Amino acid sequence: MIDPPVLEVSDISVAFSGRRILDGVSFEIHEGEFTGLIGSNGVGKTTLLRIILGLQRPDSGEVRVLGAPRSPRSHSLGYVPQKVVLDADVPMRARDLVALGLDGHRFGFGRRSKNQRELVDEMLHDVDAERFADSRVGNLSGGEQQRVLIAHALVSRPKLLLLDEPLANLDPKSVQEIVALLHRVSSEHAVAILLSAHEMNALLPVMDRIVYVTEGRAASGTTDEVVRSDVLSKLYGHHVDVLKLHGRVLVVAEPRPEADHLPDHPTLTVS
Amino acid sequence: MSLLRLLFEPGFFSSAPVHTAVVIGAVTAVVSAVVGVFTVVRSQSFAGHALTDIATTGGSGAVYFGISPLAGFIGGGVAGGGAMDLIGVQRVRSRDLATGIVLGAATGLAALFLYLDATQSATTGVTQQILFGSIFTVSSSTIPAVVFFSAAVLLVIGAIYRPLLLSSVSPELASVRGVGLRVVGLLFMLALAVAVGLSSIAIGSILSTALLIGPAATALRLTRSIRGAMVVACLLGIATTWLGILLAYDSDYWDPSSQGLPVSFFIVAIAFLLYLLSGLAGVRRHVGRRDGDIPAREACGLGDDTTAKAVA
Amino acid sequence: MFAGFMVNAWEIATIVAVVAGIVGFFVVLRGSAFPAHAIPNGAFAGAAGANLIGINPLVGLGAFALLAALGIGTLGRRGRRDVVTALALVLMLAIGAAFLSQSTEYEPEIFSLLFGEILGVSSGEILPVAILGLACVIAVGVLYRRLLLTSIIPEIAAAKGLQPHRVELAFLIVLACATTMTVPVVGALLIFTLMIGPPAAARCFTNRPGLALIISVAIALVTVWAAIACSFETNWPVGFYVGTYSAAGYGVGRAYAAWERRRGAQLGNKAR
Repeated sequence: MIDPPVLEVSDISVAFSGRRILDGVSFEIHEGEFTGLIGSNGVGKTTLLRIILGLQRPDSGEVRVLGAPRSPRSHSLGYVPQKVVLDADVPMRARDLVALGLDGHRFGFGRRSKNQRELVDEMLHDVDAERFADSRVGNLSGGEQQRVLIAHALVSRPKLLLLDEPLANLDPKSVQEIVALLHRVSSEHAVAILLSAHEMNALLPVMDRIVYVTEGRAASGTTDEVVRSDVLSKLYGHHVDVLKLHGRVLVVAEPRPEADHLPDHPTLTVS
Repeated sequence: MSLLRLLFEPGFFSSAPVHTAVVIGAVTAVVSAVVGVFTVVRSQSFAGHALTDIATTGGSGAVYFGISPLAGFIGGGVAGGGAMDLIGVQRVRSRDLATGIVLGAATGLAALFLYLDATQSATTGVTQQILFGSIFTVSSSTIPAVVFFSAAVLLVIGAIYRPLLLSSVSPELASVRGVGLRVVGLLFMLALAVAVGLSSIAIGSILSTALLIGPAATALRLTRSIRGAMVVACLLGIATTWLGILLAYDSDYWDPSSQGLPVSFFIVAIAFLLYLLSGLAGVRRHVGRRDGDIPAREACGLGDDTTAKAVA
Repeated sequence: MFAGFMVNAWEIATIVAVVAGIVGFFVVLRGSAFPAHAIPNGAFAGAAGANLIGINPLVGLGAFALLAALGIGTLGRRGRRDVVTALALVLMLAIGAAFLSQSTEYEPEIFSLLFGEILGVSSGEILPVAILGLACVIAVGVLYRRLLLTSIIPEIAAAKGLQPHRVELAFLIVLACATTMTVPVVGALLIFTLMIGPPAAARCFTNRPGLALIISVAIALVTVWAAIACSFETNWPVGFYVGTYSAAGYGVGRAYAAWERRRGAQLGNKAR
């Protein structure tokens, strides 16, 4: 008996203001898999994530989580959104925010049980946030806040963790740390990860699968299957070259006929 | 001609208080509209309202110290605006908090002044006068002062127009261009304070928010450009004020046994109604808008942190 | 000042301070300073109306406070929230002004509706205030965790199946309830100072949410007690002292926070 995939996205389409944002996007994620949702800015990654989370309804298609249709009450999804603004004046420690991941949706108040406090400590240890666990969340750096949000999402042990552009505003060192952290956590706790980014190179060492999105269409599979000239050319609708250089990938497009005012060399798109 | 008589009760066009009211109403409406458009764009509606309450303090203090209410309104507003800018906090949420604290202290002071007014002098109805105003009792001698201050406010706005526009719409872009954000912010706050002081004369300090925010917000819903919004807001403001004056005058005659309804009531009601109506027009135009398009914070009613980061 | 009739004032003031401290904690957390100002002012109109038709002002207060809360909560989802709050506020004030113009209202009545008249409180008023206060506190207790989560990271709360705008509406209603019971005491124009100053000061002294709530109540109690004592001595309005002491408390909190930041920076330098 094969377990149902953790996430099943089937033929999702959505249009807005006459523009097709997503057109028949389909892919699957299985337990413990690390999937990168790659595409340039504005291509619809956030929209897709919001549809998966149930925050937005697609025009057609469906999303199934653990075999069941998406329902807002299911707690099997963890989520780290893109722009979380944490005020430095808010009296909340990192520890408190993580604890809210356990019971923030429940009614009532009261001291947390010893078991719950241990879970929080364990999670803080896993994301390497122990040294600032008692600092105000608003006073933490971008990378530190990212860890706290990841801990918050994971403390309830979801099956799937969704992250919307978590690496966008981080310095290269923090990017490496967060990617390594996510990989470690994913294998330790068997959590599948779907992470959106516009740059795939940082994720190449850890990605099991890639969902490459452009012009509303998507190609999914392993990196070797998808990141190839023929597959991406078909996706883009015009010829692109995929260059692999020192373990990094460069996607290079030929100059478009309309762009005759640009200098005479190939334009670099996604790298 | 009986229709005209139905709309305009006898003596309307010849009444001197009405003449004064019409002039003052129009002038303050224009100033409020221009300043109000920027107030709404900068998400400073609370500051705008707080300044009206702080103007109350000024007005009641003026009565206590025996100086002209206009001076009190404007002076109080400027002092309050200066204080709010001094506490000058960057994030909108904390800025609203600082506004609230200054407002609270100023209101407490107003309570003191009104209490002293009532016990020390024999003036009755002072509270009502200051807070809710009565445009019909404003003497025509204040017209020059009102015009002068209004012109001053419009000149200041004109002088800082471009940096103000840029910093209101995108503080980041403005700071990159070297726009002195603190200076622009302070100048705007002072212009706002004076505008509020002026409309306090017309409509009472507590209610002048309506003239500041109402026409401006309505206009912003109807047009896209700021310049267009200012024009529309001026027209709406003048229409609102004049209609309010007319209705208030007429209301005296509706029921001979009771007193008419105050002008300020009509002005506020009309402003609110126009805003609601513009909402209906807006809904019809943006039918495709879904909840997903409103930022999560706004949709669940939380203060917006992302705008006006560098707008002190 | 602890004579028989003053006991009522002390009792009511204590209840008010506790409720203001608790509800105010979330007002500050959610950046809802403006609605916290708007709802009591709207309530004032209701009280004026109730006075006009001769029913208990508390009923008018409650009805209009609730109306304001619902108005801001529902209309605010469509339009800009701060604009809707401003317009709803002045509309209700204008209605209040209209009511006042129709009656031969005594000056002190308006004054006490706006600025409070705690020293004249009768013992019969304590019970409704206590009941409403208890209702508010229980409501906040039930919603505590959800309020925390939706206040700080609403984006994630929505993904967890919470509906932030429903929590917001519920909170506004609690706010309406809290202002209804406090307006006769501290007045419409000043209750929100009590809901803003003490909690804003409290969060300067601790990083923990639960502790910040408790400190908020403590500061509110001290503020109100000091205000009553001073008002009794000087005959000046209680509202004046509440406004001033709240601002002072906020100033002390900010100063302490600044001092702590400097001390932390110095310690950091020493460590190097």
